[in-house]
Amino acid sequence: MVIYILCFALLLVGIYGVLTKRDLIKIILSLGIMGYAVNLMFILFAYRTGASYAILVKGKAAAEMVDPLPQALILTSIVIELGITAMLVALAIRLFEKYKTFDITKIRRLSG
Amino acid sequence: MILPFLIIIPLLAAFLITLISGEKDNWAIVLSILAAISLLALSTFSFFTTGNNTFIYEMSGWKIPLTICLVQDALSTFMLVIVNLIALTSLIFSVSYIRHYSAPWKYYALFMLLITGMNGVIATGDIFNLFVFMEIALFAAYGLVAFGCKAEEYEAAFKYAVMGSVSSTLILLGIGILYSATSTLTMAKIAEILPMLDTKLTYWVGAIFLTGFGLKAAVMPFHAWLPDAHSSAPAPISAMLSGVLIKSLGIYTIIRFFYNVLGAPQVFMIILMVIGSISIIVASYLALGQWDLKRLLAYSSISQIGFILLGIGIGTRLAVLGAVFHIFNHAVFKALLFYNSGALEMAIGTRDLRKMGNLKKALPVTSATSMIASLSIAGLPPFNGFFSKLIIIIAAVQANYIVYAVIAIIGSLLTLIYYMKVQRYGFRGGEVVEKTEIPVSLGMKSAMVILAVLCILTSLMIVPGIRELTLDPVVSVIINKTGYISAVLGR
Amino acid sequence: MKQNEGMTLIVKTVTRISVWLIILYGIYIILHGHLSPGGGFAGGVIIALAFLNVMLAYGRNFITRWINIGFLHDIESSSAAIFLAIGILGMSVGGGFLANFISHGKLFNLLSSGTIPLLNIVIGAKVSMGLFIVVWTLSIFHLLDKGEKK
Repeated sequence: MVIYILCFALLLVGIYGVLTKRDLIKIILSLGIMGYAVNLMFILFAYRTGASYAILVKGKAAAEMVDPLPQALILTSIVIELGITAMLVALAIRLFEKYKTFDITKIRRLSG
Repeated sequence: MILPFLIIIPLLAAFLITLISGEKDNWAIVLSILAAISLLALSTFSFFTTGNNTFIYEMSGWKIPLTICLVQDALSTFMLVIVNLIALTSLIFSVSYIRHYSAPWKYYALFMLLITGMNGVIATGDIFNLFVFMEIALFAAYGLVAFGCKAEEYEAAFKYAVMGSVSSTLILLGIGILYSATSTLTMAKIAEILPMLDTKLTYWVGAIFLTGFGLKAAVMPFHAWLPDAHSSAPAPISAMLSGVLIKSLGIYTIIRFFYNVLGAPQVFMIILMVIGSISIIVASYLALGQWDLKRLLAYSSISQIGFILLGIGIGTRLAVLGAVFHIFNHAVFKALLFYNSGALEMAIGTRDLRKMGNLKKALPVTSATSMIASLSIAGLPPFNGFFSKLIIIIAAVQANYIVYAVIAIIGSLLTLIYYMKVQRYGFRGGEVVEKTEIPVSLGMKSAMVILAVLCILTSLMIVPGIRELTLDPVVSVIINKTGYISAVLGR
Repeated sequence: MKQNEGMTLIVKTVTRISVWLIILYGIYIILHGHLSPGGGFAGGVIIALAFLNVMLAYGRNFITRWINIGFLHDIESSSAAIFLAIGILGMSVGGGFLANFISHGKLFNLLSSGTIPLLNIVIGAKVSMGLFIVVWTLSIFHLLDKGEKK
């Protein structure tokens, strides 16, 4: 139970970072932390007490295994977050060229 | 059968466009228009042959609880027709519009990926697959918003990307909680198992998904990305984003999830009605003060989405009919309005309403279609917007929600006011402009005329003979949760 | 030591030996994707990082002389098209899209389990080329003066 609460605390740290940091790069890193927290929660949901890893090895009987489906889901989710991070970093580089700053309170030409 | 092709064709077109395009974009245009025409043909064929049945397609030949299934019932084929129709007209519009930007073949590849994502979200019956296709569509949308490389577009794309990522992470969290409670990912099986579990789980998961999908649909507390993103994008992309993306990723998933999986619990229906009403009033009020044409149209989108959510929240058969009809209507006339703004921007070079003169003589097709679209969205009788808004208001009165009906009427009046502002400043006021430097090309004119004709023709969809063919099966699918479960799992 | 010319002599010598081992390790993980953890995506990332290692050690100009970026772009797009072609082949033989239509073979062999090794190879090619092109484009952004998006 404590592990789940710590995982949720990691998610809250990520949300805090997105909401209050002023530097573009720190916002991107906080989005990464949120992604890590959700992936960790998936793996924690897949654990069965007293089971072993989910690979068939020659000469070993198919004993009780942990749930392998969330592991496939997390692979997909990591790939998606890699793409999002790459796109956000490219946007941040372009924003720096146009606005000459990484501070998000100064990048504010669209308002109203 | 038909459904996998709706995902394979645009994906194959996107990869082939990247492979064979060099500096010129002729092959890209030919491939993408061929793909869009075939998609529209396939989706209308599947809509008219589905009727009241439900067809299931299992991927990779495995059986239902172990595989990803594609569900073809009346609601999904209805949304597929809307998406592919607006996509085809956007492609016709953007043939000459994109020549002004650099590297047009990248635009066509990203556009095909956007269509893939939206078709996938609508067609799938598996909740994690919905998340993956939603992310594909959003990638393409973030890239297309920043397509012309000015400073405001990068800022708008960054804001959209960060807020979209936060909501996607929340949706993934909701999927994880749902999987750990029910240990299956197929939506029909979740709907079967969920009443046997604790009701607190329903409330938690519903709240998380309402936040996540609500941000994609731009309902009022989460709307802050929409005015920047939709006003900075190129005009055909604004039409796609505001016309079909927020409906396909936001409204369709809310309908599918809250009606078919959770079974429409009363708490969430009231919440949907409240945020719908707030969206109608506050967004209309904010749209009154805008001088940038596309920003005004973006706030108007938020307001109309509020109407649709109000219809969904009321929950009776008549209200859902009005909401579904309004989805179709809003896609048609909002796309038409964005095409008009794109034609204006190309002809005059500015989007500010105070700087436009009287353009009625210089751009006859644009001003006529703009008048038709403005009268439709404000809700005047022979056009389609009148019927859908009237049905929502009557349904609110019949269900004894008088306050919400009054709010909807006030919202309609405010819509009329700010569209008359657009007409007065943009097309009929000020000094007469004889000719503009850049003429509106044939592709753009034909796209606008097609949608204007559809504005008038779709009001026929409410006539009782045709309504049983087109709209009633959709409403039956939405309201009937047990029918959905038995249709998907019974095969 | 100029910026574009890479790092010192020790780094260059070690990279010249070790980068081939890294690529070999990546290919091993891709090919054994159906027997042990890993698969297409993890192996693809390792191969992309091998190329990135060369770019960091030898400088940006060396990469444009060593390999042709347009060729990598073509490999990436065609691998995605091959993935869809395998899926459509599965549909035409019978069964659904992406069905496993080659024979499944014996358990624990390298050449077993149908189309899965082929799909792993295709995904590995696409991910590695795509990731390397993304990182290379990010590093030459300031040289592209006209606004050309990623």
